[in-house]
Amino acid sequence: MNLVVKRKAINFLALSLSLAAMAFGLFWLIWILWMVFEQGVSSLALTLFTQDTPAPGSAGGLRNAIAGSAIMVGLAMFIATPIAILAGIYLAEYGRTTLLGKVTRFVNDILLSAPSIVIGLFVYAVYVAQMGKFSGFAGALALALLVIPVVVRTTEDMLVLVPNSLREAAFALGAPKWKVIMMVTLRAAKTGVVTGILLALARISGETAPLLFTALSNQFWSLDLNEPMANLPVTIYKFAMSPFADWQGLAWAGVFIITLAVLILNILARVVFRRAAAQH
Amino acid sequence: MPVEKAQEALIPQISMKNLNFYYGKALALKNINLDIYKGHVTAFIGPSGCGKSTLLRTINRMYDLYPGQHAEGQLIVDGKNILDKGVDTIELRAKVGMVFQKPTPFPMSIYDNIAFGVRMHEKLSRNQMDDRVEWALTKAALWTEVKDKLNAPGTGLSGGQQQRLCIARGVAVKPQVLLLDEPTSALDPISTMRIEELIHELKRDFTIAIVTHNMQQAARVSDFTAYMYLGEMVEFGKTDEIFIKPKDKRTEDYITGRMG
Repeated sequence: MNLVVKRKAINFLALSLSLAAMAFGLFWLIWILWMVFEQGVSSLALTLFTQDTPAPGSAGGLRNAIAGSAIMVGLAMFIATPIAILAGIYLAEYGRTTLLGKVTRFVNDILLSAPSIVIGLFVYAVYVAQMGKFSGFAGALALALLVIPVVVRTTEDMLVLVPNSLREAAFALGAPKWKVIMMVTLRAAKTGVVTGILLALARISGETAPLLFTALSNQFWSLDLNEPMANLPVTIYKFAMSPFADWQGLAWAGVFIITLAVLILNILARVVFRRAAAQH
Repeated sequence: MPVEKAQEALIPQISMKNLNFYYGKALALKNINLDIYKGHVTAFIGPSGCGKSTLLRTINRMYDLYPGQHAEGQLIVDGKNILDKGVDTIELRAKVGMVFQKPTPFPMSIYDNIAFGVRMHEKLSRNQMDDRVEWALTKAALWTEVKDKLNAPGTGLSGGQQQRLCIARGVAVKPQVLLLDEPTSALDPISTMRIEELIHELKRDFTIAIVTHNMQQAARVSDFTAYMYLGEMVEFGKTDEIFIKPKDKRTEDYITGRMG
């Protein structure tokens, strides 16, 4: 009898502690989201999307920053995704046990956990400093370098999860290896790979550090990849630190837009993944 | 067994001579000598780990996928020793199809599941491919169930249907030999019965080798039976003889349930 009481007490204690831990974590998260929502919504206006970043004291929007972010993020994904998927295929299908595979996997894991500012400084040193100016292309390059390790990792993990029996079945029909990978293995892992790409996209959408040293920022409308390019994270950083109330308002609006975009991307990733789980 | 078949001369489709197989350094098949006869069903029985599946996987060189596994000796298919270095495994696997224990539909439509293998080896027009898909699905007794949903994903079929899809997929390539590795062990009795009926149908066109844990199944579907134990071929002969009067004590013990 005594044992039962003790067990129930321990159970109650453990449950309370985990609930408290969860509440603690959620508390901050909800506070952040609430603040972003409250401050962002009050600054939200249609002019955000139709006007460029203004001089202090005049009216304006974030059009150039939104466009710049979209272009650099898009270009970064365009550069990084094919490279990363091919590397992931190599690691999972060809280099699982080879020395090159092991070394690549190890280096990729280091890149995965490298602080993004290191990537920014690297691109600054090898590209920006050589060209003598900040540019949108340098920004896209830095973001691409952040995407590659994430997508390599998820692609490899998802391909490794594909059961060998499926590969064997395709080989047993006399299919060459590349056909087995393209038509069967990659197809079976497709949704997982797409989820990884979406999560990488969400991650770089809010990155500030790698853009500070590469794309810098631009007060004006510019689509030239060889010139400094406006983008949301650096604009937010600049405006939020400024003493001008209208700039601070724009910074909150920018934060709200990024948060919303990342939230939507994450939900999309979950929907894609769940649909895949339902199919199997 | 039909009378004319019994009188027919037995032609070996596959011949194994002094065949040894290694997982790394471990010897898994010990000096196997065996003929698998054309147009007949040969069943492989024996306790788990005795090498039946390994033997089957040697015939289409499935073991090639895994470094460290290799075979020695002679394994003659269609007049050629397929263990030789220069053998084209793609060509070999077009001749020797395989169906596995668990149904493995590819993540594509029912139609494409069948067409996938055919496209590897033949260039067919759309019409010819349609005919081939229908032919293969009919052979596998699946046509009437799926003819109205050929574009639905193969993964949406029931377990028994999926396995018949896998058989149809193997048949569609028109191989000479079909290897069946415990094809019914994951299926319910009704699906099992359908597949056994199918094996009877298929042996008119194909040579079949089947691994099974179910001795009644071996007795029902096969013309010849091989009993294996610890990597050795203990006894091989006509199924009736093996089951009614086995020559080896070990075979008798296994069949009567005293072992394994």
